Amino acid sequence: MIDRPSLAAIRFGFGLPLPEGAPVEPAMMLAALAGPDLAAFDFPASGLADVLPVLQAAQAGRMAMRAAPEDRAAYAAAAREAAKIADIATRSQFARALDSPDGFRERLVRFWADHFTTKPRNRPETTLPGALIEDAIRPHVAGRFGDMLEAAVLHPAMLAYLDQVASVGPGSRFGKRRGRGLNENLAREVLELHTLGVGAGYGQTDVREMAELLTGLDATAAEGALFRRERAEPGPETVLGKTYSGEGMAPIRAALQDLAQRPETALHLARKLAVHFVADDPDPDLVGAIAAAYRQSGGGLLAAYEALLAHPAAWVQTLGKARQPLDFTLAALRALGWRGRDVMALGARPLRRFILRPMAVMGQEWGRPNGPDGWPESLESCITPQGLGARIAWAMEVPDRLVKTLPDPEDFARTALGPAADARLLWAVARAETRREGVGLVLASPAFNRR
Amino acid sequence: MDRRFFLRGLAGAACSVTAAPLLTSVTFAQGAGLGENRLVVVILRGGMDGLDVVRPLDLPDFARWRPSLSEGSLPLVGPFALHPGLSGLSGLWRAGELGFVHATSTPYRDKRSHFDGQILLEAGTGMDVEAGASRDGWLNRMLQAVPGLRADTAYAIGREALPLLAGQGPSRSWTPEVKLTLSAQSQLLLDHIYHEDALFRDSGAEAMALSEALSLAQMDAPEAPAQDQAAMPGEDRPHPDIDRLVDFAALRLRAETRIAAFSLNGWDTHRGQRAALNRPLSRLQRVVLRLRAQAGAEVWGRTVLIAMTEFGRTVRENGSGGTDHGTGGAMLLAGGALRGGQVLGAWPGLAEADLYAGRDLMPTSDVRAWAAWAMRGLYGLDRAVLEGAVFPGLDMGARPALIL
Repeated sequence: MIDRPSLAAIRFGFGLPLPEGAPVEPAMMLAALAGPDLAAFDFPASGLADVLPVLQAAQAGRMAMRAAPEDRAAYAAAAREAAKIADIATRSQFARALDSPDGFRERLVRFWADHFTTKPRNRPETTLPGALIEDAIRPHVAGRFGDMLEAAVLHPAMLAYLDQVASVGPGSRFGKRRGRGLNENLAREVLELHTLGVGAGYGQTDVREMAELLTGLDATAAEGALFRRERAEPGPETVLGKTYSGEGMAPIRAALQDLAQRPETALHLARKLAVHFVADDPDPDLVGAIAAAYRQSGGGLLAAYEALLAHPAAWVQTLGKARQPLDFTLAALRALGWRGRDVMALGARPLRRFILRPMAVMGQEWGRPNGPDGWPESLESCITPQGLGARIAWAMEVPDRLVKTLPDPEDFARTALGPAADARLLWAVARAETRREGVGLVLASPAFNRR
Repeated sequence: MDRRFFLRGLAGAACSVTAAPLLTSVTFAQGAGLGENRLVVVILRGGMDGLDVVRPLDLPDFARWRPSLSEGSLPLVGPFALHPGLSGLSGLWRAGELGFVHATSTPYRDKRSHFDGQILLEAGTGMDVEAGASRDGWLNRMLQAVPGLRADTAYAIGREALPLLAGQGPSRSWTPEVKLTLSAQSQLLLDHIYHEDALFRDSGAEAMALSEALSLAQMDAPEAPAQDQAAMPGEDRPHPDIDRLVDFAALRLRAETRIAAFSLNGWDTHRGQRAALNRPLSRLQRVVLRLRAQAGAEVWGRTVLIAMTEFGRTVRENGSGGTDHGTGGAMLLAGGALRGGQVLGAWPGLAEADLYAGRDLMPTSDVRAWAAWAMRGLYGLDRAVLEGAVFPGLDMGARPALIL
């Protein structure tokens, strides 16, 4: 029997041991979420305001190279600066998860960052996915989904990744003069991934109208996201039966807010939340409850989380999900006593060798998700022979390299798993030939890999 | 009768059908299982632009739709020309070891979602089965239909799970990047811990067995040379991650393995396609050339590689030098057992009225039919099995000249 505080840490946080001062009952978890974002304060990372000057420097560097190909220094310096920002973003995200008592917030940030996946297309842009998290996800994680949607879709990271910056109204002045036209990428993914879900009743015409509506959006290193009238398709656009007209970003924002209010969106998001936190095939009643709370609150995320945490299905004893490779790694580091400062201070080589590369082999190559649909997360897609093999290899080889003295394996089983440590595991751990192998067995166990 | 129910019923029956009379024509003359022929399936994720890879260059409409996407083409046959990014394969084309199918697609239509499109491609079902409702992939169902196979008959290779080979049929899933060395005691204790958790038990047992068996074999595999920075389109150059996968596949195919599958990403070329397509093509070309080299003449001579994608792309270039999600696309076929040197498939035409929904290349064949004919040719599988169990509801149509 896993008690509720432990279950809260395993299912809605980064595992045991419980962080000091951790909110463990739904009311406390929600109150913490509604409060200030302390983890971001403890481990700051760069938003767009810090990133833009680097992108500008990179652009200037590119111009210099174009003028004189051997003149690479300026671009190289900007790329190095970008790498530094991206490195701090990575470490900060890990450090927050390790230290924050409010693990649910960090899990939710990861959930939404995955929902709004972006990928850099070149070295300077490695700064952008992290900036989107700071600018669009964290400020709205307990707010309204419509606001998060606006902030994420209109973020330069997204406008660049899903090619909106290359889409031009074919009937616009710029489009006619240059013979340029639409690029449907962002419009389609907004409907399919970010809001309605692929099963919803929209068609190619809606995609096209949405793409026309989004024309005019652009992003530059100087200004970030902006609207260029001369690229916008003239005239009103009709998406899902509603017509949007007017100037500038206002109709785009209105359409995104309307999409956020659609019942299909409520259902899509509710299902995704239930799948991510509870079960690959969640109780329809749980999904219905989350969707209803979302709708009744006008798209309020806190209300949706409240419905999730209030539902008995969210507290079943069965651990039917697997920790994704990142969550596995972070939970292991936490259990081994690692703190945020340890991750911040880790050298670049050991970070790659002991954390990022193993995560990639487990199936989650940090910074390089396959596509805009984010990382796979079903139990079966995580616990494949190669995925589990990589976890076992990490569990057996890496902890020894990361801590000075490995804990006693039986103590470690209780620390890392609490009441989830079963008799079989404790029996086996006591029989390991070395501490290294005993600790490895705990981390390789189903109890540690499930949530 | 409810069609969906009927189809599901058929697919379900295949799991326990190993002794059913449907299978009488499987050829066992060459020995148990699949015999000596090899099939390699490569899933191209992201929607490969078939019209850019195999360009109908000499058709009057082509230049109008694709003003910026025709440079550097190499003549193939008829109106068709090859993208320069695959020019390293022209020797294989001349040798009859390379072919294409044009204007082909899965039954997926209209929503043009990568993710649903890939689910359908790997499930091998029709649009009458809801995306995700099928629990196994078509390549696995083929294995289910052949009695007497061993687990190492088929390998899904790479870090990611591959739904194409998932299911009850005997197959393995591995990436050569995992190096797992456990003491005998740790292995026993891990067995004990996993005993009551079926998923961990099965995956764990396989991981332990494989890493032990493979670590020795891999030591013989030649190392890939270091990466060359600047390269011309079509130049054969190493891609270390690809080379690792292919070398592993070749090693297995030279031993007991007859089926190998993996996936290549990077085909979603919404903009700047002239540059963006070079990298995925270079990787695909490398797969073919490296596999040919590593498999050796005898195994390559008994191999067919099929590369397929979830959909093709819009006939018209979009406003940003790329293409958006479309319908009809192309397949690449290679191998010494292939009757190559052809661009197969009925050509639908590029006039406005010929297009699907006014924007996409009209599919004139089902991707599944080509895969089915390849499996029939390689393994002698009965048509009824292919149309019933492997690809429920498929009509394979007339036999193409696909396999030598």
